[in-house]
Amino acid sequence: MTDVVMPQMGESIVEGTLTKWLKKAGDHVERDEPLFEISTDKVDTEIPSPAAGTLSEVLVEEGKTVGINTVVARIDDTGGNGARPAAGAKPAAGATPPAPAKSEAAAPPPAQPQADGGQELSVAPGKGEPDVVSSPPPAPEQPEPAEQAEAAGPLSPLVRKMARENNIDLSRVRGTGAGGRITKQDVELFLSQQQAAPRQPAAPPQAPAKPAAAAPEAPSAPVQTPPAYAPPAAASQAKVRVEPMSAMRLKIAEHMVMSKRTSAHVTTIHKVDMTKVARVRERQKTDFQTRYGISLTYLPFVVRSAVEGLRTFPLLNASIEGNNIIYHNEINIGIAVALENGLIVPVIRNADEKNVLGLQRAIVDLAARARSRQLKPDEVQGGTFSITNFGSFGSVVATPVINQPQVAILGVGAVEKMPVVIDDAIAIRSICYLSLTFDHRLIDGALADQFTAKVKSVLENWSEEVL
Amino acid sequence: MRNCSWRDLGRMDYAEAFDLQSSLVDQRKRGEIPDQFLFVEHPHTITLGRNGHMENLLAHEDVLRRAGVAFHPSDRGGDITYHGPGQIVGYPIIDLREWKRDVVAYVRSIEQVAIDALADFGISAGRLQGMTGVWVDGAKIAAIGVHISRWITSHGFALNVATDLSYFQYIVPCGLAKPVTSMAALGNIARREHVIERLVFHFGRVFDCEMAELGAVAV
Repeated sequence: MTDVVMPQMGESIVEGTLTKWLKKAGDHVERDEPLFEISTDKVDTEIPSPAAGTLSEVLVEEGKTVGINTVVARIDDTGGNGARPAAGAKPAAGATPPAPAKSEAAAPPPAQPQADGGQELSVAPGKGEPDVVSSPPPAPEQPEPAEQAEAAGPLSPLVRKMARENNIDLSRVRGTGAGGRITKQDVELFLSQQQAAPRQPAAPPQAPAKPAAAAPEAPSAPVQTPPAYAPPAAASQAKVRVEPMSAMRLKIAEHMVMSKRTSAHVTTIHKVDMTKVARVRERQKTDFQTRYGISLTYLPFVVRSAVEGLRTFPLLNASIEGNNIIYHNEINIGIAVALENGLIVPVIRNADEKNVLGLQRAIVDLAARARSRQLKPDEVQGGTFSITNFGSFGSVVATPVINQPQVAILGVGAVEKMPVVIDDAIAIRSICYLSLTFDHRLIDGALADQFTAKVKSVLENWSEEVL
Repeated sequence: MRNCSWRDLGRMDYAEAFDLQSSLVDQRKRGEIPDQFLFVEHPHTITLGRNGHMENLLAHEDVLRRAGVAFHPSDRGGDITYHGPGQIVGYPIIDLREWKRDVVAYVRSIEQVAIDALADFGISAGRLQGMTGVWVDGAKIAAIGVHISRWITSHGFALNVATDLSYFQYIVPCGLAKPVTSMAALGNIARREHVIERLVFHFGRVFDCEMAELGAVAV
């Protein structure tokens, strides 16, 4: 007699469910012939017979779960080829070390060091260099003179504003209001006295701190070291206010001028009938909002269509390096995001792998993090094409500046209902103007228009599901 | 290092793929071929595991036939599932005796391969305690069902890339009242070959074998 046992199918397995007998009691089985099946955690396993002979006893019925090494059947092998060692079905448990099925998880992207002083990210990368500008030490803004005037009691917002605008040290102003409070009249009086008397300029403007990283990567850019302004003449004090540019502002300024100097900018404008997209959006925006918690805008449709255009015309997704054309195999689309005092162009990587939902999510996420200054440096690098959505501010047509080292940028105007002539009849359609600014060094007008026509055609014949 | 041949068979009927697997399992048992990793895409098919429950099939077979969905009982583990266009079905045929004699570790590792591949597309997938498969926010993105015969594996997993999820309405997937999802439903339109490339890469890493692509020749 050979005992047939419930085999152990793995380190952590203590029991198994016998799901099916492949032989009935009384049947003859060959050694290694499948005898029964067990099931553990989505795995069905055929168990071969440990011996040849007659299945004399079936001890565990189908559907029962029993511990490992429980005898489930007996095989009478006396009539067969003589006695055989039992328990052949027990697949040598523990033959292999328990080596956990853990995989060395792919190294997670290195956590971005978030510099203490708060980082500012530049508008666009120059040649893939790390483009983080650590801002000058905690922006010593004009010291708030108002704050120093504690003795003078609470200050009205108007007085604070006047003090700030005129650069007045309020501790020097005599308050005549209730409890010695400084009033508007006190400030005006102080100002007139100041202008009468020759005075040294109060708090000379901060010499603009040159951003540490500004110089090295700008290829040819003679970085405008901001001219050290001479302290303005006292008389002009009230007519202008001098303030150093922020590191971001300097970077934008430098980048824009560099781009205009580098590329031969030409802009072509196509009129696009967005009615079909508008209908899809109208139909699905409520569901979209409920399902994904974000609203559905026109922008992801435009990005999706631009991706199709870039696939068809890869030259628009290229850049120039010396006398070479660099074709990028990835389509990484920069989306211009307006900030309070600047703009930044975070990049949707592999935009060709995202549908409208994926693009809308990426746009919302990147824009939110751009505004809260939480973008990682590599999220503003590596763009191969850019899109700017000035339509969201009501602009109908604009001529954007190319985001170097890219060779084209697509501007999206506001979508507005307009009367248009279709088949000699007047119809109301949702119209949007797309402006493509391209670098004429690399792209000729015909290609630029073919590209824009492709984008237009995808939008006008929109066919993709959104939900 | 062990070798594993992989290939993408493209669109293939469930029955045809089943026969191919059986033949490869036999050859693998006899040691005639190295481990195999097959990729296929099935036409609309609903399959029921050996221990599946017919009540999880919600539509009558006539309804399925009219909808152009084939129905196959199968000898894999697990309950009922749907296969169809836009889904990557992976069938590893490997000899666990040369890796680990542990079917649970095997299933966990298959999950890991899918989880790691999805991570390469920015999708953060994971496991749900006690529920085999790969999940994203409580929805199943990859189903697993395995058959083992003398430590040789067959069947495997089905990863929803751009699957039309509406076909899951005909069943209670895997017998669980849980939603299903796909890479597309999560906003990703990765190309099939790109996903396969990542699956192959992570399979080689997790199972510690050398992956070699085999031309799609009949075996």
